[in-house]
Amino acid sequence: MSDTTAPLTAPRVSPAQAYVSTTLREQEPAPVATRGPVLWVRRHLVGSVPQVLLTLFGIWLVYVTVPPLIKFFLIDAVWTGTNREACLPEKVGREVGACWPFVWAKLDQLIYGFYPASERWRVNVVYALGAILLLPLLIQQLPGKRLNAILFFGVYPVVAFVLLTGGNLEMQRFLIGSFSGSDLFAGAGTVQGMRVSFWIDFVVSTALVTAIAYLVSRIVAGPEAAPAAAKTTLSAFVLLGLVIFAMDIDVGLPQVETRLWGGLLVTLVIAVTGITVSLPFGILLALGRRSKLPLVKALSIIFIEFWRGVPLITVLFFATYMLPLFLPGRLTIDGLLRALVGVALFASAYMAEVVRGGLQAIPKGQYEGAMAVGLPSSLMLRLVVLPQALKLVIPGIVNNFIGLFKDTTLVLIVSIFDLLGSMRAAFTDPNWASPTTLFTGFGFAGIIYFVFCFGMSRYSMALEKRLDRAQRH
Amino acid sequence: MSDVRLSGPPAASRRRWSWTDPKLRSSVIQIVLALIMVWLVWSFYANAQANLARLGIASGFGFLDNRAGFAISQTLIPYNESMSYGRAFVVGLLNTLLVAFLGVILATLIGFVMGVARLSKNVVIKALASAYVEITRNLPPLFQIMFWYLAVLSTLPGPRQSWGFGLQPLFNGIGSGLSGIGLGVLGAPISNFAASLSAPSVFVNNRGLVVPRPVFEDGSMAILYALIAAVVASFVIGRWAKKRREATGKPFPAFWTGLALIIALPLAASYAVGNPVTIETPELRGFNFVGGLRVIPEFVSLLLALAIYTGGFIAEIVRSGILAVSKGQSEAAHSLGLRNGPTLRLVIIPQAMRVIVPPLTSQYLNLTKNSSLGVAVGYPDLFAIFAGTTLNQTGQAIEIIAVTMAVYLTISIITSAIMGWYNKRVALVER
Repeated sequence: MSDTTAPLTAPRVSPAQAYVSTTLREQEPAPVATRGPVLWVRRHLVGSVPQVLLTLFGIWLVYVTVPPLIKFFLIDAVWTGTNREACLPEKVGREVGACWPFVWAKLDQLIYGFYPASERWRVNVVYALGAILLLPLLIQQLPGKRLNAILFFGVYPVVAFVLLTGGNLEMQRFLIGSFSGSDLFAGAGTVQGMRVSFWIDFVVSTALVTAIAYLVSRIVAGPEAAPAAAKTTLSAFVLLGLVIFAMDIDVGLPQVETRLWGGLLVTLVIAVTGITVSLPFGILLALGRRSKLPLVKALSIIFIEFWRGVPLITVLFFATYMLPLFLPGRLTIDGLLRALVGVALFASAYMAEVVRGGLQAIPKGQYEGAMAVGLPSSLMLRLVVLPQALKLVIPGIVNNFIGLFKDTTLVLIVSIFDLLGSMRAAFTDPNWASPTTLFTGFGFAGIIYFVFCFGMSRYSMALEKRLDRAQRH
Repeated sequence: MSDVRLSGPPAASRRRWSWTDPKLRSSVIQIVLALIMVWLVWSFYANAQANLARLGIASGFGFLDNRAGFAISQTLIPYNESMSYGRAFVVGLLNTLLVAFLGVILATLIGFVMGVARLSKNVVIKALASAYVEITRNLPPLFQIMFWYLAVLSTLPGPRQSWGFGLQPLFNGIGSGLSGIGLGVLGAPISNFAASLSAPSVFVNNRGLVVPRPVFEDGSMAILYALIAAVVASFVIGRWAKKRREATGKPFPAFWTGLALIIALPLAASYAVGNPVTIETPELRGFNFVGGLRVIPEFVSLLLALAIYTGGFIAEIVRSGILAVSKGQSEAAHSLGLRNGPTLRLVIIPQAMRVIVPPLTSQYLNLTKNSSLGVAVGYPDLFAIFAGTTLNQTGQAIEIIAVTMAVYLTISIITSAIMGWYNKRVALVER
């Protein structure tokens, strides 16, 4: 009889307690094989013969890829030099890895394209402003999201436009001028680079349209609705006027044509414009797709499915070669603007599907509740549905942005030099032709793309987790 | 007591023309929208007419019969410069379908392996698969295509120093590797063994990939017929086996029977008609390879990039699909007495597929659409031949871009129709 069972069979213990020990047994340490690092290694590395083989294979794979990469990009790399001579193994007299002086020499081209060197501070200001406005928008805990969003999505694009192009659009005619085909008060001269005749046209058109809005709403909806309609119209025109004013006034910056833009600048301009423009259009299309009006619904579905069904490159070709034929002949559109139109059409369709996902996730009770308190459908959307739906789809929007960021590379096929296009152009420079130039360039561009996309995807994942947690209670 | 009207509205007043009447409002909105659309279409049409006349560009599809006059580096059907644009269009379409088809197969293989590897208990494998997924998904596909084309394939040695692939170079490598780290005792016999194997027949150099080519002589059709017959037979056997199992509970190894049929029948047919298919292996003569099939480097780089890029996305889809099947399912299957294999085959995979298939199809579509990026490295696909060269030569932007978009759109619509049918078939039947 072993001593562990001895107390249980002792005669003084009553039968009812016979199988219950009165004292707590001392805990024994778990066997070595079921805890700690030994178990971990066994379970995760060497559990069975196939596991051992897999582990060995994995270690071999790491061994043949990682050390050579480190050796190429860091240990054997050339860090300084003025031309290809610095990176030729014959000249250096040793094995040569990455040719970093090539990247340093081309860095300006990769970041600014051929933007004039004396004007590059403008690009830097745009980059800095974008970062300053975007960061607080991304950090959930910071207050003032509304103001921040208005600044980023409303004011920043105008400021960036003026800074990058130099503004001074030289607007010719507004509504009346365009419809009548002649200038109002032609020859009234210019003030600060703005044509006076355009602004007279603008003021007269604004007054006219506001009056029409007042009269129509008075007839259609009754006298009490008319002032509100007139006010809305007037404020929309004043807002438009402010935007045009900012772009039209000559602020004294030299004009920089878009064909001089390039590199990271073009990549970011296209991606940010695409996402900013696609957001309002995507919301409209998503609402249109769920509309009860058959024509609105059909047109939205056709639009969305058409652009989603074709590759982006055909959309860019459409915008570059086909769209100009559809517009009045005297209208010549800037090359970058054409690409932007294509990207905006394409991105809007994808954004619409993302937003639709959010709209579908709103429980029916929310709609019913809004209707029960008597909200008209426009207010129901603005106050109840959209705030919830858009919050749900922020991760989807970020994922869309990642896709768009990667897709901007395609503009190099329509001869606009983004980051990748500038890199490809840099490869053709005979001054830097060396055996490792290509790998260095691809390594550098790859790191930039990876940092941007990976960073954004991590952000979106963190956000998703946060929203998930908020959803649960 | 005075009359009390218990029901009915007060005498119908004149109907007010009110903006708040939903019926009226919706018709007004739709009429305005329709007018805008008509105006848009009309003005596009009028502008296009005026612009085409001004620029002197022809319109209509007559150009399809004109002589193309350009060569194409990869043609699946006979083509030469004197043939028409229409023929060039078909060549391009077939090239697009070829790279998309092979890309889908390769990407699926990569994706399933990597997706399962990401769920592996083995941390090394898991980390490697995660690194693969993160790197490939976060680099633009065009970047990857250009990387393979410019940085990898064009820096390979010329034909005379081609890299050979096969068992001989593999064992040679192992042998010299072992000798290199001081295990000559082991390495030498392996190197000797390698020397006894036949020389490699797959080569890679800066002009592309050279592989053996099957040569079909008279009677080859018999093998094809045998293959079709075998596929049909195994399908029928599968149906019968399923029916019998459901009726009597007796299993029948339908899979293995089908596999045996598919392998054995064509072999038997080949033997019966006197082995009409021979393999032509490439040989290095002078400065280039003679014989065999040369795959152009543009194709190789496009295929590799598309498969690797899409494979990363498929891996994530597969992983989330497997994770979506709750653990209780496999526990329940085990407690019913199913072993690991049948549990996976009959319980886990069918449920995971329901989650996996819809996003998987959209990845297949993405891959097909991304194949148009081959234009950046000069792969002669539909886009490069039609929207590239043909557009340059004829200038008929409207017709050409419309046709190109229509082709991709048709592929998308067909795929999503099949998808919808499948979804309906596998959807959960809720009570």
